Amino acid sequence: MLEKALKGNKYYWMWLAFLGTFMAIGAICYVRQYNYGLGLTGMSRDVSWGLYISQFTFLVGVAAGGVMLVLPYYIHNYKEFGRITILGEFLAIASLIMCLMFIIVDLGQPIRALNVLLHPTPHSMLFWDMIVLNGYLFLNLLCGWVILTSEHKEVAPPKWIYPFVYISIPFAISIHTVTAMLYCGLPGRHFWLSAIIAPRFLASAFAAGPSLIVVAALILKRVTKFDAGKKAIDKLVTIILYAALTNAFFVGLEFFVAYYSNIPGHKAALDYLFFGITEHGVTYDNLVPFMYGFVILGVIAIALLSIPYTRRQNDFYLGLGCVLLFISLWLDKGIGFVLGGFVPNPLEQITEYYPTANEIFITIAVWCTGFFILSVLYKIAVKVEEDIHA
Amino acid sequence: MDKKRRDFLKIAGISTLAGLGGPAVVDRLVTGTSPVGARAAKEIDPAALAETHEAEAKGHGEAGEVAKTGRRWGLVIDLRKFREDPELAEKAIHACHSTHNVPHFTNKRHEIKWIWLAEYENAFPEHSSYYKDKLTLDNEVLVLCNHCDTPPCVRACPTKATFKNKDGIVAMDYHRCIGCRFCMAACPYGSRSFNWRDPRAGLDMNKLNRKFPTRMRGVVEKCNMCAERVGLGKQPACVEACAESKAIVFGDLNDPNSEIRQMLKTNFTIQRKPSLGTHPSVFYIV
Repeated sequence: MLEKALKGNKYYWMWLAFLGTFMAIGAICYVRQYNYGLGLTGMSRDVSWGLYISQFTFLVGVAAGGVMLVLPYYIHNYKEFGRITILGEFLAIASLIMCLMFIIVDLGQPIRALNVLLHPTPHSMLFWDMIVLNGYLFLNLLCGWVILTSEHKEVAPPKWIYPFVYISIPFAISIHTVTAMLYCGLPGRHFWLSAIIAPRFLASAFAAGPSLIVVAALILKRVTKFDAGKKAIDKLVTIILYAALTNAFFVGLEFFVAYYSNIPGHKAALDYLFFGITEHGVTYDNLVPFMYGFVILGVIAIALLSIPYTRRQNDFYLGLGCVLLFISLWLDKGIGFVLGGFVPNPLEQITEYYPTANEIFITIAVWCTGFFILSVLYKIAVKVEEDIHA
Repeated sequence: MDKKRRDFLKIAGISTLAGLGGPAVVDRLVTGTSPVGARAAKEIDPAALAETHEAEAKGHGEAGEVAKTGRRWGLVIDLRKFREDPELAEKAIHACHSTHNVPHFTNKRHEIKWIWLAEYENAFPEHSSYYKDKLTLDNEVLVLCNHCDTPPCVRACPTKATFKNKDGIVAMDYHRCIGCRFCMAACPYGSRSFNWRDPRAGLDMNKLNRKFPTRMRGVVEKCNMCAERVGLGKQPACVEACAESKAIVFGDLNDPNSEIRQMLKTNFTIQRKPSLGTHPSVFYIV
């Protein structure tokens, strides 16, 4: 079926070339980083994880979000999702590849990455994260490919694939839970040391992932003959809305616990993220605009997805709502959560983090690689659909 | 459900619980103390300190713990001595950093340090310093890796590149480290540094200590309590640097007759962030 990705109109090729350009720029930047070391990034002793790991964290959520299509279709037999589950599975594949790439570019000694396998360490959450991420990637490759192949041949999927489909559901939950455990089990990092991190991650994941799928479905409807169906999209928006509200609720709970308990350690990172901290006459607030963006875009997006007119009558507003929600959740988890957790440092000093241009280009390149893979996979899926109906 | 089956399930359930929880209860009864109680006592009563260490060593029985008969190297840092001689701390820092070829970079982002001076309130953020006395205000505290008995960095490391030796020293294998920096996120004391670039660029290659390796870029490093010197029966470099003053005392925390234990017995000491349950092996006399 791969050959289907090789036939497309000029816009398809222009899009891939556009992504390819940024991938090439990022590759050059990575060579520079590889030769010099991670000193080419803005990370430091105090903020020892930066854009790479925060993108990784966010994208694990996007990957897990696909399960919101798989679960209703395979467990609840919600037939409307039949055509778009493949979009969820392929989104998971692209996101997971981005995740793994972000891990690799973040390693100080990438050629030693396999040490994680050579010296398996069950008490490290990173070990388990590696297992579940690769496991989920494998499951999605397997299920996505086998099911699309049978669709292509216009036969029912083989029975043996179903156990793998069912296993993929808890795996989706596990990837984001284990990713949350990277953070929430660390003593002395008050902002992360919260039992609500895993549920909050899942809530934001189940909003962000499906949002991207809705946007993709709306685009595919315009540029191809692939129509996800109004009913399916509407159900998906309901799921997104509940997940987004749950996430907002969880964020509110974090605020309550920190400010009602009034424990300085619990307040510090929230202070820094949302209001800025002033110490020795210097104000540290470089993440405040991002957090304001998270709240404002989130409110606008939830409104757009709730008001019947913008949600059901107008594809533009629906798409806009989903895009804004995706950006909002990215600001929260892809920027604020990881970077904010390092401020203040364990000695209660403040070091701010500013990514370098080199680092930003590598980050953009990994995103572009993900969208490149996603575009090719969606191209195949859409062509299979079109061929059946042709 | 018939009655016999219910009874069976009840008994099975109770005996399972007993099987799981029993040993722990017995353990606590035998040692006569819980680790939590022991730690609380330590903060209040310095005299109880020495005893609680033994109790603690018995209390934990998890993997990676130091056996009570084994050694557990530790340090007592006497801040009074550092106040008497303000140059002492710099001497200790210099001794450590030159012994271990720790590079010096002017760019703060690339900074690497094994032992350094921090304000009292930064070293001990959990201690109230609302109206600080002049002494604590004017003097800084030497901070370094605490060589915790239950080190969070070792728990986090995905390759066992950082590990706890049988003698309690938390060490690094620079050749195994993949540079994921999970240990840096896990350390509640900010004791770990990363080689953001080739460390040799920050070293005077003519003044290298040839007996200790330089690192490569992309790996984490930190104080190793001079494992390489201790193994030869020597004192850590920082201890040696303030030798006569006895500002830093090195010794076996598990040996009741050691000098360090005598220090702990006769002085009120504190540890950094004791509430986190890391059980540091570095003690401070304020």
